[in-house]
Amino acid sequence: MSLDKQDVEKIAHLARLAIDEKDIPNYAQNLSNILELVEQMDAVNTDDVSPMAHPTDAMQRLREDEVTETNQREQFQTVAPQVEDGLYLVPKVIE
Amino acid sequence: MHNKTIAELALGLRNGEFSSEELTRHTLARIASLDKELNSFITVSSEHALAQAKAADERLANGNADALTGIPIAQKDIFCTNGIRTSCGSNMLDNFIAPYDSTVVSKFNSAGAVMVGKTNMDEFAMGSSNETSFYGPVKNPWNTNTVPGGSSGGSAAAVAARLVPGTTGTDTGGSIRQPAALCGVTGIKPTYGRVSRYGMIAFASSLDQGGAFAQTAEDAGLILGAMSGFDERDSTSIDKPVPDYQADLNKDIKGLKIGLPKEFFSEGLDNEVARVIEAAIEEYKKLGAEIVEISLPNSGLSVPAYYVVAPAECSSNLSRFDGVRFGHRCENPDDLEDLYKRSRGEGFGAEVKRRILVGAYVLSAGYYDAYYLKAQKVRRLISEDFKQAFEKVDVILGPTTPSVAFNLGEKADDPVNMYLSDTYTIAVNMAGLPGMSVPAGFVNQLPVGLQIIGNYFEEGRLLNVAHKYQQVTDWHQRTPQGFE
Amino acid sequence: MWETVIGLEIHTQLATKSKIFSGASTAYGAEPNTQACAVDLGLPGVLPVLNQQAVLMAVKFGLAIDAEVAPISVFARKNYFYPDLPKGYQISQFELPIVGKGTLTIELEDGSSKVVGVTRAHLEEDAGKSLHEDFHGMTGVDLNRAGTPLLEIVSEPDMRSAKEAVAYMRKMHSLVRYLGISDGNMQEGSFRCDANVSVRPKGQEEFGTRTELKNINSFRFVERAIDFEVERQIDLIEGGGKVTQETRLYDPNKHETRSMRSKEEAMDYRYFPDPDLLPVEVTAETKENIRRTLPELPDAKKARFMESFALNAEDAGILTTSRDMADYFEQVIKATDDIKLSANWIMGDLSGFLNKEGKEINESPVTAEMLAGMINRIKDNTISGKIAKEVFEAMWNGEGDADAIIKSKGLKQITDTGAIEAIVDEIIAANPGQVEQLKAGKDKLMGFFVGQVMKQTQGKANPGQVNQLLKQKLEL
Repeated sequence: MSLDKQDVEKIAHLARLAIDEKDIPNYAQNLSNILELVEQMDAVNTDDVSPMAHPTDAMQRLREDEVTETNQREQFQTVAPQVEDGLYLVPKVIE
Repeated sequence: MHNKTIAELALGLRNGEFSSEELTRHTLARIASLDKELNSFITVSSEHALAQAKAADERLANGNADALTGIPIAQKDIFCTNGIRTSCGSNMLDNFIAPYDSTVVSKFNSAGAVMVGKTNMDEFAMGSSNETSFYGPVKNPWNTNTVPGGSSGGSAAAVAARLVPGTTGTDTGGSIRQPAALCGVTGIKPTYGRVSRYGMIAFASSLDQGGAFAQTAEDAGLILGAMSGFDERDSTSIDKPVPDYQADLNKDIKGLKIGLPKEFFSEGLDNEVARVIEAAIEEYKKLGAEIVEISLPNSGLSVPAYYVVAPAECSSNLSRFDGVRFGHRCENPDDLEDLYKRSRGEGFGAEVKRRILVGAYVLSAGYYDAYYLKAQKVRRLISEDFKQAFEKVDVILGPTTPSVAFNLGEKADDPVNMYLSDTYTIAVNMAGLPGMSVPAGFVNQLPVGLQIIGNYFEEGRLLNVAHKYQQVTDWHQRTPQGFE
Repeated sequence: MWETVIGLEIHTQLATKSKIFSGASTAYGAEPNTQACAVDLGLPGVLPVLNQQAVLMAVKFGLAIDAEVAPISVFARKNYFYPDLPKGYQISQFELPIVGKGTLTIELEDGSSKVVGVTRAHLEEDAGKSLHEDFHGMTGVDLNRAGTPLLEIVSEPDMRSAKEAVAYMRKMHSLVRYLGISDGNMQEGSFRCDANVSVRPKGQEEFGTRTELKNINSFRFVERAIDFEVERQIDLIEGGGKVTQETRLYDPNKHETRSMRSKEEAMDYRYFPDPDLLPVEVTAETKENIRRTLPELPDAKKARFMESFALNAEDAGILTTSRDMADYFEQVIKATDDIKLSANWIMGDLSGFLNKEGKEINESPVTAEMLAGMINRIKDNTISGKIAKEVFEAMWNGEGDADAIIKSKGLKQITDTGAIEAIVDEIIAANPGQVEQLKAGKDKLMGFFVGQVMKQTQGKANPGQVNQLLKQKLEL
């Protein structure tokens, strides 16, 4: 699969990544090469193969329903770019 | 002092030959003088280290020291450290000081190890040369014009240059074994689930696994033992006791069945590297091992499948870096979308962006089945290959990388070519198996790594197989010029 | 000529103590971000671990609607960027939900019932909240709610009117509360729904284009939002236009729905299995254990009330709306034998007082024993139904039980025929004109005479007795 400029712009938007206009052709080329590499998978038939999501076949462990966390807002917000009255601030969200 | 192994240093500390504080000061001094050239550290935590060293000396004096008490180590800068910056090699986290320790870091702390700093790495562990780090590339101590490998390049180079006797790393597609090979040190990636991923910044969750670098297999076992174990905060952590990795180190390997996958010795493998690996196999024959040729027919598809699975997981894992709760935030965003796009655009480097884009693409509507689902099926085939192989053999041997360290900048503009340098290591991550790389010789004065792959939870056997080899060879004791 | 087609997605918060993937508290109303731990904030490196209770509650729900509970279900990531979604993805279930196809029977206004299909129900984490008050033109984000367990219950497009949709939503609300898996508090957002609405010409088989109405948090709004949307769609089509598939928000103040473009653009959610979580196993044994703990469910209880207590369907339906109300009723009739009267008092005065003060029945100051005591006094003619209202109010205000109040207020009914007779004579004598008219056939005036007697006795006479006496005296 070869990607063009519009494809790159579309996925860059999906991934919320600003990409310089001048770099787009280079990304398009690189991504196309990567997809070409990836498509080598098509060489093998996988019709009856079950997909593997995890290396282990273990099942999910369940946690007791207990409150174990305490308020650490102050500590967590020391690394926050912008907070006020305990809230994280972002540019106005329009619904 | 810096040429000693962890086992030797621990003995010296116990016998009072030197204190942890002396050892730590010596280590810090070497880093200060020698690392300018290598750039293997992102952060050196001198004060923190000296405080830990003093506490370790007290523990040693009180006689309740563990194997690693007082030993200087360095953490790959992907493990969160409470109060000390964790950058993950990225501008995105250049200002990030985690308010918590990763489980691995807590375990080292309770073992009394001394953390002298955080090592350089490819940005978010994405790279095979350490050139994608926001903090600049790490140089290979054997030849500073060449790369140390990646993504745990700083951790490998620091051990190779004898700046620190042991370091941690993470391995998603070879990120411990490949730099261990290229820097001529011993590296081990355990079974997926053996080491907790809590507080280890995720790249590709179903592939990431923490592990260790050291001069010897014995030392690697000491570090691995300290960092392994069940963690209830990681759902993928396995609840299985950690064996004493020292116990079977010297076990006789007579009759050991070693499998050589023919796919690892075919096209693409450098002839000189092949010769070094063949010589290593001869050593094993002398030790009484039995050599069996095997096949991993689908291993050739591991790189293609990996470059679907890993980017898919990473594109989602890295969505949390949005400039809202932590990390880089762009100046004066126009609106929410601008905040997201510019914060992420400025925070991430080119390779990370490439992988996020690939990941978003392969998961997007209409492509999921052809790419993601297909890759998961291929992953199953790769894993089944190993399952069958381990019915016939005890361990699998081969080269860690197809060639020795390449020059800085040589592959930087050619991602696909770079990806192919992990061709022998990635299959192991796809299956979740343990793997090691041990120094096995040189080509053009650059180290060659021998890869040893074991069955699930057979880290002890891998260390045994590596240790026996290191008893009859001295490749692991060679030190690069200027760092003796 | 148009037929409405509605499917509902109900989001109900599960009543766990801690969040679905972290040990942070789910308590409502805390200071912003004080209940958002590292996992809820999606800080680098942290990982989710699944809450057992959330799983058990989902299983309980599945069994209650006769659904298949999946032996293996899988958590997936739904990827999109939004400030109240800290990780940039919501952990949900996609291909393999924990609860498969089930059914819910609803009662319609004409007394008939209808089976509505439930497509699936899956576990997921709730998002935080964006606060749009002004922070220098910015939005504030509170992540306390992020990670609260939700069960999303998706219905088949089986409903054909807003009224049916409301009946379904009410029934589901009652069910989750019966099961004790949710407090169902709609003000706090514990129970809310999205409605998929479309219209098609009657008789047409394929569905029209649907719109999704987001986040409706009251029964009243569901009905209004759907009615508005149906009309909008019909007008649009009849005017030659086309319905576009989109997400719309109902604004209860303006009573309109409007397009939410902000949610539209990122529809490609790129679902994939969450690699941080392993498949969830529910064994046959777990299912059996939970089945044993299932309470009597609304339909079964209603049927039993109708059969054992000879209640009509409507009354039995109301009395079994909540488990607490049904329990209260059963306690009352344990202590008194007038079932119909007990039902009427619970559905009438008691419900009225509860509604007025916004109280739940288990918070009623009038206990079941107290109500039964009062009903017994009505039955033995100590008080009239009218006086009982006064007694009830006094009980509600904490003035004691019925006997104490009757005594202290002197409300005991006059049963002495002689005393009443005297008053009746007095009233007849004082109103000769009305007597004439009544005798001439103006029956309505009977009420006037009874009223006068009751007034004179301050309501303490037995109205039946008064009636009888009047008829006797006036030779009617």
